[in-house]
Amino acid sequence: MSSAGLIVEMRNVSRRYRFFSLQDVSLQLAPGQIMGLVGPNGAGKSTTLRILMGLVPADTGEVRVFGHSMQTEQALAKKNIGYVSDDMRLFGQATLEWHMKFVASIFPGWDPAYAAKLLERFNLKPAQPIKGLSHGEHMKALLLLVLARRPKLLVLDEPTTGLDPVARHELLTELMDVLKDESRSILFSSHNTADVERISDQITFIDRGRIVDCNDKEAFLENWRRLRLDLHDGATLPAADGVVDVDVTGRIATVTTRRYAPEMHQVYRGAGAIVQEVQRMTLEEIFVATVMASRKEPAE
Amino acid sequence: MHSGLTISQADPRPMYLQIKEQIRHRIALGDWKPGREVPSIRALAIELRVSVITIKRAYAELESEGVILTHHGKGSFVAEAEGLSTDLQQQELDDHLVAAARLAKLLGIDETELAARLRRAERKAEKK
Repeated sequence: MSSAGLIVEMRNVSRRYRFFSLQDVSLQLAPGQIMGLVGPNGAGKSTTLRILMGLVPADTGEVRVFGHSMQTEQALAKKNIGYVSDDMRLFGQATLEWHMKFVASIFPGWDPAYAAKLLERFNLKPAQPIKGLSHGEHMKALLLLVLARRPKLLVLDEPTTGLDPVARHELLTELMDVLKDESRSILFSSHNTADVERISDQITFIDRGRIVDCNDKEAFLENWRRLRLDLHDGATLPAADGVVDVDVTGRIATVTTRRYAPEMHQVYRGAGAIVQEVQRMTLEEIFVATVMASRKEPAE
Repeated sequence: MHSGLTISQADPRPMYLQIKEQIRHRIALGDWKPGREVPSIRALAIELRVSVITIKRAYAELESEGVILTHHGKGSFVAEAEGLSTDLQQQELDDHLVAAARLAKLLGIDETELAARLRRAERKAEKK
Protein backbone atom coordinates (compact mmCIF):
# COMPACT_ATOMS: atom_id res chain seq x y z
CA MET A 1 0.00 0.00 0.00
CA SER A 2 1.37 3.39 -0.88
CA SER A 3 1.89 5.71 2.05
CA ALA A 4 0.19 8.63 0.30
CA GLY A 5 -3.08 9.60 1.95
CA LEU A 6 -2.54 7.55 5.10
CA ILE A 7 -3.72 9.17 8.32
CA VAL A 8 -1.34 7.24 10.55
CA GLU A 9 1.87 5.56 9.54
CA MET A 10 4.19 3.98 12.09
CA ARG A 11 7.20 2.27 10.60
CA ASN A 12 9.42 -0.19 12.46
CA VAL A 13 9.09 1.64 15.75
CA SER A 14 11.06 0.28 18.68
CA ARG A 15 11.50 1.52 22.22
CA ARG A 16 13.48 -0.18 24.94
CA TYR A 17 12.72 0.10 28.66
CA ARG A 18 14.37 -1.78 31.50
CA PHE A 19 11.59 -4.36 31.90
CA PHE A 20 9.76 -4.00 28.62
CA SER A 21 10.52 -3.31 25.03
CA LEU A 22 8.35 -2.45 22.09
CA GLN A 23 9.80 -4.12 19.01
CA ASP A 24 9.43 -3.22 15.38
CA VAL A 25 5.85 -1.94 15.48
CA SER A 26 4.34 -0.87 12.16
CA LEU A 27 0.76 0.43 11.76
CA GLN A 28 -1.14 2.01 8.91
CA LEU A 29 -4.53 3.68 9.10
CA ALA A 30 -6.42 4.99 6.08
CA PRO A 31 -9.04 7.80 6.12
CA GLY A 32 -12.58 6.81 7.10
CA GLN A 33 -11.45 3.68 8.94
CA ILE A 34 -11.57 2.43 12.50
CA MET A 35 -8.67 0.37 13.81
CA GLY A 36 -8.88 -1.59 17.04
CA LEU A 37 -5.67 -2.35 18.91
CA VAL A 38 -6.14 -5.45 21.05
CA GLY A 39 -3.70 -6.88 23.55
CA PRO A 40 -3.40 -8.29 27.06
CA ASN A 41 -2.34 -6.08 29.97
CA GLY A 42 1.22 -4.88 29.56
CA ALA A 43 1.34 -5.83 25.86
CA GLY A 44 2.42 -2.34 24.78
CA LYS A 45 -0.89 -0.82 23.61
CA SER A 46 -0.55 2.38 25.64
CA THR A 47 3.16 2.70 24.84
CA THR A 48 2.36 2.38 21.12
CA LEU A 49 -0.30 5.10 21.35
CA ARG A 50 1.98 7.37 23.41
CA ILE A 51 4.74 7.04 20.83
CA LEU A 52 2.20 7.76 18.12
CA MET A 53 1.20 10.93 20.00
CA GLY A 54 4.83 12.01 20.40
CA LEU A 55 4.52 11.83 24.20
CA VAL A 56 7.31 9.26 24.31
CA PRO A 57 10.11 9.30 21.73
CA ALA A 58 10.85 6.12 19.79
CA ASP A 59 14.41 4.77 19.89
CA THR A 60 14.20 3.84 16.24
CA GLY A 61 11.58 3.99 13.50
CA GLU A 62 9.33 6.65 12.11
CA VAL A 63 5.89 8.06 13.02
CA ARG A 64 3.89 10.16 10.60
CA VAL A 65 0.38 11.53 11.16
CA PHE A 66 -1.41 13.31 8.29
CA GLY A 67 1.92 13.05 6.50
CA HIS A 68 3.73 15.12 9.14
CA SER A 69 6.63 13.65 11.08
CA MET A 70 5.85 13.33 14.79
CA GLN A 71 9.56 13.80 15.52
CA THR A 72 10.13 17.05 13.62
CA GLU A 73 6.68 18.57 12.96
CA GLN A 74 4.81 17.66 16.11
CA ALA A 75 2.60 20.77 16.32
CA LEU A 76 1.36 20.28 12.76
CA ALA A 77 0.90 16.55 13.21
CA LYS A 78 -1.10 16.99 16.41
CA LYS A 79 -3.39 19.83 15.38
CA ASN A 80 -6.06 17.46 14.18
CA ILE A 81 -5.77 14.66 16.72
CA GLY A 82 -7.97 14.10 19.72
CA TYR A 83 -6.30 11.84 22.28
CA VAL A 84 -7.85 10.34 25.39
CA SER A 85 -6.32 7.84 27.77
CA ASP A 86 -7.78 6.64 31.04
CA ASP A 87 -4.78 7.89 33.04
CA MET A 88 -5.43 11.53 32.04
CA ARG A 89 -6.65 13.79 34.83
CA LEU A 90 -8.71 16.96 34.51
CA PHE A 91 -8.42 19.73 37.15
CA GLY A 92 -10.27 18.47 40.21
CA GLN A 93 -11.25 21.93 41.51
CA ALA A 94 -12.71 23.15 38.22
CA THR A 95 -16.07 22.22 36.72
CA LEU A 96 -16.68 20.44 33.43
CA GLU A 97 -18.06 23.71 32.04
CA TRP A 98 -14.78 25.46 32.87
CA HIS A 99 -12.91 22.74 30.97
CA MET A 100 -15.26 23.07 28.02
CA LYS A 101 -14.63 26.84 27.80
CA PHE A 102 -10.91 26.23 28.16
CA VAL A 103 -10.77 23.69 25.31
CA ALA A 104 -13.07 25.87 23.15
CA SER A 105 -10.65 28.81 23.58
CA ILE A 106 -7.73 26.75 22.22
CA PHE A 107 -9.34 24.75 19.42
CA PRO A 108 -11.15 26.66 16.67
CA GLY A 109 -13.04 23.52 15.61
CA TRP A 110 -14.97 23.36 18.92
CA ASP A 111 -18.67 22.75 18.24
CA PRO A 112 -20.83 24.12 21.11
CA ALA A 113 -24.06 22.55 19.83
CA TYR A 114 -22.43 19.12 19.58
CA ALA A 115 -20.90 19.59 23.05
CA ALA A 116 -24.41 20.28 24.42
CA LYS A 117 -25.73 17.15 22.72
CA LEU A 118 -22.90 15.08 24.18
CA LEU A 119 -23.60 16.41 27.69
CA GLU A 120 -27.08 15.04 27.34
CA ARG A 121 -26.03 11.74 25.75
CA PHE A 122 -23.35 11.07 28.35
CA ASN A 123 -25.62 12.27 31.18
CA LEU A 124 -23.05 14.77 32.49
CA LYS A 125 -23.68 17.96 34.48
CA PRO A 126 -21.56 20.92 33.36
CA ALA A 127 -21.65 22.68 36.73
CA GLN A 128 -20.29 19.69 38.64
CA PRO A 129 -16.68 19.94 39.86
CA ILE A 130 -14.44 17.27 38.34
CA LYS A 131 -13.36 15.90 41.73
CA GLY A 132 -16.91 14.67 42.39
CA LEU A 133 -17.04 12.55 39.23
CA SER A 134 -16.87 8.76 39.26
CA HIS A 135 -14.23 7.02 37.13
CA GLY A 136 -16.75 6.41 34.35
CA GLU A 137 -17.98 10.02 34.42
CA HIS A 138 -14.41 11.30 34.31
CA MET A 139 -13.82 9.17 31.23
CA LYS A 140 -17.00 10.50 29.61
CA ALA A 141 -15.92 14.08 30.40
CA LEU A 142 -12.56 13.46 28.71
CA LEU A 143 -14.29 11.96 25.67
CA LEU A 144 -16.71 14.89 25.44
CA LEU A 145 -13.85 17.41 25.51
CA VAL A 146 -12.18 15.61 22.61
CA LEU A 147 -15.24 14.66 20.50
CA ALA A 148 -16.67 18.21 20.52
CA ARG A 149 -13.49 19.45 18.81
CA ARG A 150 -14.34 17.20 15.86
CA PRO A 151 -10.71 16.19 15.23
CA LYS A 152 -9.84 14.29 12.04
CA LEU A 153 -8.19 11.52 14.03
CA LEU A 154 -9.31 10.13 17.38
CA VAL A 155 -6.73 8.18 19.37
CA LEU A 156 -8.47 6.54 22.30
CA ASP A 157 -6.64 4.41 24.86
CA GLU A 158 -9.14 2.04 26.52
CA PRO A 159 -12.12 4.39 26.04
CA THR A 160 -14.76 1.90 27.18
CA THR A 161 -13.01 0.73 30.35
CA GLY A 162 -15.06 1.67 33.40
CA LEU A 163 -18.12 2.71 31.40
CA ASP A 164 -21.51 1.20 32.23
CA PRO A 165 -23.36 -0.58 29.39
CA VAL A 166 -25.53 2.45 28.61
CA ALA A 167 -22.56 4.82 28.42
CA ARG A 168 -20.67 2.29 26.28
CA HIS A 169 -23.59 2.10 23.89
CA GLU A 170 -23.72 5.91 23.66
CA LEU A 171 -19.98 6.08 23.07
CA LEU A 172 -20.07 3.50 20.28
CA THR A 173 -22.91 5.47 18.69
CA GLU A 174 -20.82 8.66 18.81
CA LEU A 175 -17.76 6.90 17.42
CA MET A 176 -19.72 5.52 14.47
CA ASP A 177 -21.23 8.97 13.96
CA VAL A 178 -17.72 10.33 13.50
CA LEU A 179 -17.48 8.23 10.34
CA LYS A 180 -20.24 10.18 8.60
CA ASP A 181 -17.31 12.30 7.55
CA GLU A 182 -15.25 9.97 5.37
CA SER A 183 -12.04 11.81 6.05
CA ARG A 184 -12.10 11.05 9.77
CA SER A 185 -10.50 8.00 11.40
CA ILE A 186 -10.32 6.34 14.78
CA LEU A 187 -7.55 4.32 16.40
CA PHE A 188 -8.52 2.80 19.72
CA SER A 189 -7.21 0.20 22.12
CA SER A 190 -9.37 -2.05 24.19
CA HIS A 191 -9.51 -5.38 25.87
CA ASN A 192 -13.22 -5.45 25.32
CA THR A 193 -13.08 -7.57 22.18
CA ALA A 194 -16.87 -7.39 21.65
CA ASP A 195 -16.61 -3.61 21.12
CA VAL A 196 -13.62 -4.02 18.84
CA GLU A 197 -15.33 -6.79 16.86
CA ARG A 198 -18.38 -4.67 16.33
CA ILE A 199 -16.99 -1.38 15.10
CA SER A 200 -13.45 -1.98 13.77
CA ASP A 201 -12.52 -2.27 10.11
CA GLN A 202 -8.91 -3.15 10.86
CA ILE A 203 -7.69 -5.12 13.84
CA THR A 204 -4.18 -5.33 15.22
CA PHE A 205 -3.22 -7.84 17.89
CA ILE A 206 -0.28 -6.95 20.09
CA ASP A 207 1.45 -9.11 22.68
CA ARG A 208 4.69 -8.71 24.63
CA GLY A 209 5.68 -5.60 22.74
CA ARG A 210 5.22 -7.07 19.26
CA ILE A 211 2.45 -7.06 16.69
CA VAL A 212 1.35 -10.68 16.37
CA ASP A 213 -1.26 -10.19 13.66
CA CYS A 214 -2.99 -7.44 11.72
CA ASN A 215 -5.79 -7.80 9.21
CA ASP A 216 -9.21 -6.53 8.27
CA LYS A 217 -11.91 -7.78 10.60
CA GLU A 218 -13.87 -9.81 8.09
CA ALA A 219 -10.70 -11.67 7.08
CA PHE A 220 -10.04 -12.63 10.71
CA LEU A 221 -13.59 -13.89 11.19
CA GLU A 222 -13.61 -15.69 7.85
CA ASN A 223 -10.26 -17.47 8.06
CA TRP A 224 -10.33 -18.81 11.60
CA ARG A 225 -12.30 -21.97 12.42
CA ARG A 226 -12.42 -24.62 15.09
CA LEU A 227 -13.04 -28.17 13.78
CA ARG A 228 -14.31 -31.12 15.77
CA LEU A 229 -13.27 -34.48 14.40
CA ASP A 230 -14.03 -38.12 15.21
CA LEU A 231 -10.92 -40.28 14.93
CA HIS A 232 -10.98 -43.85 13.64
CA ASP A 233 -8.68 -46.41 15.25
CA GLY A 234 -5.06 -45.57 14.69
CA ALA A 235 -5.78 -42.28 12.95
CA THR A 236 -3.09 -39.63 13.19
CA LEU A 237 -3.90 -36.13 12.04
CA PRO A 238 -1.74 -34.96 9.16
CA ALA A 239 0.00 -31.63 9.59
CA ALA A 240 -1.92 -28.87 7.84
CA ASP A 241 -0.91 -25.34 6.95
CA GLY A 242 -2.42 -22.76 9.29
CA VAL A 243 -3.30 -25.13 12.12
CA VAL A 244 -2.32 -23.48 15.40
CA ASP A 245 -3.64 -25.98 17.91
CA VAL A 246 -4.61 -29.65 18.03
CA ASP A 247 -6.21 -31.15 21.10
CA VAL A 248 -6.93 -34.88 21.15
CA THR A 249 -8.95 -36.48 23.93
CA GLY A 250 -9.84 -40.12 23.39
CA ARG A 251 -11.29 -40.38 19.88
CA ILE A 252 -12.25 -36.77 19.52
CA ALA A 253 -9.91 -34.09 18.21
CA THR A 254 -10.33 -30.32 18.24
CA VAL A 255 -8.30 -28.47 15.63
CA THR A 256 -7.95 -24.69 15.55
CA THR A 257 -6.87 -23.17 12.24
CA ARG A 258 -6.13 -19.66 11.03
CA ARG A 259 -6.57 -20.67 7.37
CA TYR A 260 -9.71 -22.75 7.05
CA ALA A 261 -10.46 -24.31 3.68
CA PRO A 262 -13.13 -26.92 2.85
CA GLU A 263 -10.40 -29.13 1.30
CA MET A 264 -9.22 -29.90 4.84
CA HIS A 265 -12.18 -32.26 5.23
CA GLN A 266 -10.84 -34.55 2.49
CA VAL A 267 -7.30 -34.48 3.81
CA TYR A 268 -8.48 -35.46 7.28
CA ARG A 269 -10.87 -38.10 5.93
CA GLY A 270 -7.96 -39.72 4.08
CA ALA A 271 -6.21 -40.02 7.43
CA GLY A 272 -9.21 -41.63 9.13
CA ALA A 273 -10.60 -38.51 10.80
CA ILE A 274 -14.11 -37.30 10.04
CA VAL A 275 -14.93 -33.62 10.48
CA GLN A 276 -18.16 -33.51 12.50
CA GLU A 277 -18.46 -29.80 13.06
CA VAL A 278 -16.96 -26.55 11.82
CA GLN A 279 -17.32 -23.65 14.21
CA ARG A 280 -16.78 -19.95 13.66
CA MET A 281 -14.83 -18.16 16.36
CA THR A 282 -15.41 -14.85 18.09
CA LEU A 283 -12.73 -12.19 17.87
CA GLU A 284 -11.91 -12.89 21.51
CA GLU A 285 -11.28 -16.58 20.79
CA ILE A 286 -9.22 -15.67 17.73
CA PHE A 287 -7.21 -13.20 19.78
CA VAL A 288 -6.46 -15.70 22.56
CA ALA A 289 -5.50 -18.39 20.02
CA THR A 290 -3.22 -15.94 18.19
CA VAL A 291 -1.44 -14.95 21.39
CA MET A 292 -1.05 -18.57 22.54
CA ALA A 293 0.31 -19.58 19.13
CA SER A 294 2.77 -16.69 19.00
CA ARG A 295 4.03 -17.49 22.51
CA LYS A 296 4.72 -21.09 21.46
CA GLU A 297 7.00 -19.98 18.64
CA PRO A 298 10.66 -19.92 19.63
CA ALA A 299 11.91 -16.39 20.34
CA GLU A 300 14.16 -14.96 17.65
CA MET B 1 -33.41 6.62 5.72
CA HIS B 2 -34.04 4.38 8.73
CA SER B 3 -33.53 0.77 7.67
CA GLY B 4 -35.07 -0.95 10.68
CA LEU B 5 -32.43 -3.71 10.48
CA THR B 6 -31.03 -5.06 13.72
CA ILE B 7 -27.94 -6.91 14.88
CA SER B 8 -27.99 -9.40 17.71
CA GLN B 9 -24.84 -10.26 19.57
CA ALA B 10 -26.52 -13.40 20.90
CA ASP B 11 -27.04 -14.62 17.32
CA PRO B 12 -24.39 -17.20 16.42
CA ARG B 13 -24.41 -16.08 12.78
CA PRO B 14 -21.75 -13.52 11.87
CA MET B 15 -22.94 -9.93 11.67
CA TYR B 16 -22.59 -9.64 7.89
CA LEU B 17 -24.85 -12.69 7.46
CA GLN B 18 -27.50 -11.27 9.80
CA ILE B 19 -27.59 -8.09 7.73
CA LYS B 20 -27.67 -9.99 4.45
CA GLU B 21 -30.52 -12.23 5.49
CA GLN B 22 -32.60 -9.34 6.83
CA ILE B 23 -32.20 -7.45 3.57
CA ARG B 24 -33.17 -10.53 1.53
CA HIS B 25 -36.20 -10.96 3.77
CA ARG B 26 -37.30 -7.34 3.31
CA ILE B 27 -37.04 -7.73 -0.45
CA ALA B 28 -38.83 -11.10 -0.34
CA LEU B 29 -41.70 -9.51 1.56
CA GLY B 30 -41.88 -6.72 -1.00
CA ASP B 31 -41.04 -4.12 1.65
CA TRP B 32 -38.10 -3.05 -0.43
CA LYS B 33 -39.32 -2.95 -4.01
CA PRO B 34 -37.19 -3.40 -7.15
CA GLY B 35 -35.42 -0.17 -8.03
CA ARG B 36 -35.62 1.13 -4.47
CA GLU B 37 -32.42 2.68 -3.23
CA VAL B 38 -30.86 0.76 -0.33
CA PRO B 39 -29.00 2.67 2.42
CA SER B 40 -25.41 3.55 1.57
CA ILE B 41 -22.77 1.30 3.16
CA ARG B 42 -21.58 4.07 5.45
CA ALA B 43 -25.09 5.17 6.48
CA LEU B 44 -26.07 1.62 7.38
CA ALA B 45 -22.80 1.11 9.29
CA ILE B 46 -23.52 4.22 11.35
CA GLU B 47 -27.13 3.27 11.96
CA LEU B 48 -26.32 -0.28 13.09
CA ARG B 49 -23.07 0.72 14.84
CA VAL B 50 -21.05 -1.91 13.02
CA SER B 51 -17.92 -1.44 10.95
CA VAL B 52 -18.08 -0.31 7.35
CA ILE B 53 -16.21 -3.44 6.26
CA THR B 54 -18.98 -5.68 7.64
CA ILE B 55 -21.67 -3.91 5.62
CA LYS B 56 -19.39 -3.94 2.56
CA ARG B 57 -19.12 -7.71 2.82
CA ALA B 58 -22.92 -8.14 3.10
CA TYR B 59 -23.52 -5.85 0.10
CA ALA B 60 -20.82 -7.55 -1.99
CA GLU B 61 -22.52 -10.91 -1.52
CA LEU B 62 -25.99 -9.52 -2.19
CA GLU B 63 -24.60 -8.00 -5.34
CA SER B 64 -22.95 -11.21 -6.53
CA GLU B 65 -26.26 -13.00 -5.95
CA GLY B 66 -28.00 -10.42 -8.11
CA VAL B 67 -30.19 -9.12 -5.28
CA ILE B 68 -28.87 -5.58 -5.34
CA LEU B 69 -27.01 -3.51 -7.92
CA THR B 70 -24.41 -0.89 -7.24
CA HIS B 71 -23.94 2.05 -9.59
CA HIS B 72 -20.69 3.68 -8.62
CA GLY B 73 -21.22 7.18 -7.39
CA LYS B 74 -25.00 6.74 -7.36
CA GLY B 75 -25.57 4.15 -4.67
CA SER B 76 -27.04 0.67 -4.42
CA PHE B 77 -30.52 -0.39 -5.52
CA VAL B 78 -32.76 -3.44 -5.26
CA ALA B 79 -32.30 -5.31 -8.54
CA GLU B 80 -35.07 -4.95 -11.14
CA ALA B 81 -34.93 -8.64 -12.06
CA GLU B 82 -38.32 -10.07 -12.96
CA GLY B 83 -39.80 -12.09 -10.12
CA LEU B 84 -36.88 -11.42 -7.78
CA SER B 85 -39.13 -11.14 -4.77
CA THR B 86 -40.81 -14.48 -5.59
CA ASP B 87 -37.40 -16.12 -6.15
CA LEU B 88 -36.22 -14.90 -2.79
CA GLN B 89 -39.36 -16.18 -1.12
CA GLN B 90 -38.84 -19.58 -2.75
CA GLN B 91 -35.23 -19.55 -1.61
CA GLU B 92 -36.29 -18.64 1.91
CA LEU B 93 -38.74 -21.54 1.97
CA ASP B 94 -36.02 -23.92 0.76
CA ASP B 95 -33.68 -22.67 3.49
CA HIS B 96 -36.33 -23.41 6.13
CA LEU B 97 -36.95 -26.86 4.69
CA VAL B 98 -33.25 -27.70 4.66
CA ALA B 99 -33.00 -26.61 8.30
CA ALA B 100 -36.03 -28.77 9.18
CA ALA B 101 -34.59 -31.77 7.32
CA ARG B 102 -31.30 -31.40 9.15
CA LEU B 103 -33.02 -31.28 12.52
CA ALA B 104 -35.16 -34.30 11.62
CA LYS B 105 -32.04 -36.29 10.78
CA LEU B 106 -30.47 -35.29 14.08
CA LEU B 107 -33.59 -36.44 15.94
CA GLY B 108 -33.78 -39.68 13.94
CA ILE B 109 -37.12 -38.80 12.29
CA ASP B 110 -37.62 -40.59 8.97
CA GLU B 111 -39.02 -39.20 5.72
CA THR B 112 -42.58 -40.48 6.20
CA GLU B 113 -42.89 -39.04 9.66
CA LEU B 114 -41.36 -35.74 8.56
CA ALA B 115 -43.92 -35.49 5.74
CA ALA B 116 -46.72 -36.28 8.18
CA ARG B 117 -45.54 -33.57 10.47
CA LEU B 118 -45.36 -31.11 7.60
CA ARG B 119 -49.02 -31.86 6.81
CA ARG B 120 -49.92 -31.29 10.44
CA ALA B 121 -48.06 -27.97 10.36
CA GLU B 122 -49.97 -27.00 7.21
CA ARG B 123 -53.30 -27.67 8.93
CA LYS B 124 -52.18 -25.63 11.90
CA ALA B 125 -51.22 -22.71 9.64
CA GLU B 126 -54.59 -22.84 7.86
CA LYS B 127 -56.48 -22.58 11.15
CA LYS B 128 -54.67 -19.34 11.99
